[in-house]
Amino acid sequence: MTFRRILVANRGEIALRVIRTCRLLGIETVLATSDADRDSAPARLADRAVCIGPGRPTESYLKVDTIVQAALGVGADAIHPGYGFLSERAALARRCEDNGINFIGPTASQIESVGDKLRARAAAEAANVPVVPGGPVSTPDEGLALGRIIGTPLLVKAVGGGGGRGMKRVERLEDLAEAIELASAEAGAAFGDARVYVERYVTSGRHVEVQILGDGSGRVIHLGERDCSAQRRYQKLVEEATAPRLADPLREQLCDAAVRFASRLAYRGAGTVEFLVDTERESFYFLEMNARIQVEHPVTEAITGVDIVAQQIAIASGEGLRLSQKDYQPSGHAIECRINAEDPTRDFQPSPGVVSDVLWPSGPGIRVDTHIVPGARVPPFYDSLLGKIIAHGPDRSSALLRLQGALESTRVSGVHTNLAFHRMLTADSEFIAGGFDTGFVPRFLARSIASAKDNHRG
Amino acid sequence: MTLTGKDVAEITRLLDESSFDELYLECDGLKLSLRRHGAAPGALTSGFPVADQPTTQVPAPVRAAATATPVLVSDPSIHEIRAPLLGTFYRAPKPGAAPFVEVGAHVDEDTIVGIIEVMKLMNTVRAAVRGTVVAIAVADGGLVEYDEVLLQVRKDAGS
Repeated sequence: MTFRRILVANRGEIALRVIRTCRLLGIETVLATSDADRDSAPARLADRAVCIGPGRPTESYLKVDTIVQAALGVGADAIHPGYGFLSERAALARRCEDNGINFIGPTASQIESVGDKLRARAAAEAANVPVVPGGPVSTPDEGLALGRIIGTPLLVKAVGGGGGRGMKRVERLEDLAEAIELASAEAGAAFGDARVYVERYVTSGRHVEVQILGDGSGRVIHLGERDCSAQRRYQKLVEEATAPRLADPLREQLCDAAVRFASRLAYRGAGTVEFLVDTERESFYFLEMNARIQVEHPVTEAITGVDIVAQQIAIASGEGLRLSQKDYQPSGHAIECRINAEDPTRDFQPSPGVVSDVLWPSGPGIRVDTHIVPGARVPPFYDSLLGKIIAHGPDRSSALLRLQGALESTRVSGVHTNLAFHRMLTADSEFIAGGFDTGFVPRFLARSIASAKDNHRG
Repeated sequence: MTLTGKDVAEITRLLDESSFDELYLECDGLKLSLRRHGAAPGALTSGFPVADQPTTQVPAPVRAAATATPVLVSDPSIHEIRAPLLGTFYRAPKPGAAPFVEVGAHVDEDTIVGIIEVMKLMNTVRAAVRGTVVAIAVADGGLVEYDEVLLQVRKDAGS
């Protein structure tokens, strides 16, 4: 079926991004918005906005029944969940399935399969995709036996955790039993799931992920990889496509592994398979699969020319895959910076408020995905993403030059931002060289603090 | 049914006395659209009853007002009963039954004035004020947004 009307169940830049593609496709949009976002740019661009509740996400954007009721009430054929919020809640996908609404994303059971870390691990092993050595443990003794085989350092992880939460690093085997008991108790309290597993802690690795599209009946293609190693406390700050200084055989193995994993699930929609690439051993491990569109999808769009949201909509409407693998012909290089309302001088504390004025960059190869206009509110309830600046060029150095220029010509006033931090980060010699591991941002911050102290003394 | 000039004058007078900025009436091929001076075009709220909706399955969306409906801000004796959540608004306990309240009815704090359904879950809406219902702003069975004005009640003197 062709969709006539889509309910966009999200906010901020991704809501605007989805609405724009819908307009292009001639599909009407209704934005489900919270009270705090009534005047936002997506609420103004959508054909209609319906207020679903107060600002607090638990009273609006996270209410499954309210979202489905809103979709039914406005006569929407489909719901686009964006990222975050309900995008990876099997309950929403299931509610849609039960009420004859198309969920623009994978099936409820696919979300469950990849959302449970242990099930995802098992699925990866079944698809012959390497996983970090380790496994589930139900007692400290079991953990110790496993720990002896794998060797230290180790990570104890909560099955229900994510985004760096529910993890404990163990350096010595004698500390493992206590860490398992503690992690299990914490996981039970925080996630309602006390299951934990133990795996090798890979000390030096790159975060490389592969964008895939599946038609839901087993046909899956990839749109290449993205390098998201520039992270701080598991939060991505800069992403690029393709991954710099990655040997081509390894690149191909990663993409093939992602396609194998998703094919086995007969995955439907757009998704991302994340890997940890061990640069010392020239090997890689499956980390997890994200069953949604991702914040960093524009870098893939830049080098492929593919509108991933349009692909999501086509797949959900039953049209299937419009592309075949040979259509993947990446062109050039793209880098994205996430501009957040946060204060790097105060440990990156969020800085909500009103953006009194803003000037976004433009120019050849520059794309800005943002919902922030002069006077826009940054409510305290949500993530602090103001926008994404994406630079594309024929090669990495020209893309980087454009990015640096774009960062220099961006102005945001009224709230603190990490713009200055990005200007410094992208001028750092290690960043310019490319191909760094996830330890880069902490190293860069330590260097910056050290040099600031030196300057102070000198 | 046809409208005479007198009818239109009467409707205009009613609109003038009401809290609404805009009125859209459609009956038997006649469309009447009245807008108060200065009101933004298309500032209709979604729940406003539009008579004789064409029978297409998917009604064209109405651009929502950017802010909550501004109703009688100048009259402190009018209380607005607003939707505590998004859902389908029903004026009666079940189809065919008499509405909970009509215009002119006297209500007190505990009087049920409607039901909002969210995925088969019925939430009763109470008046929370003593007074007389002067307007019912939303259609029976229509979608109401969070914080949308459902009814207006003229508060009893001294309450």
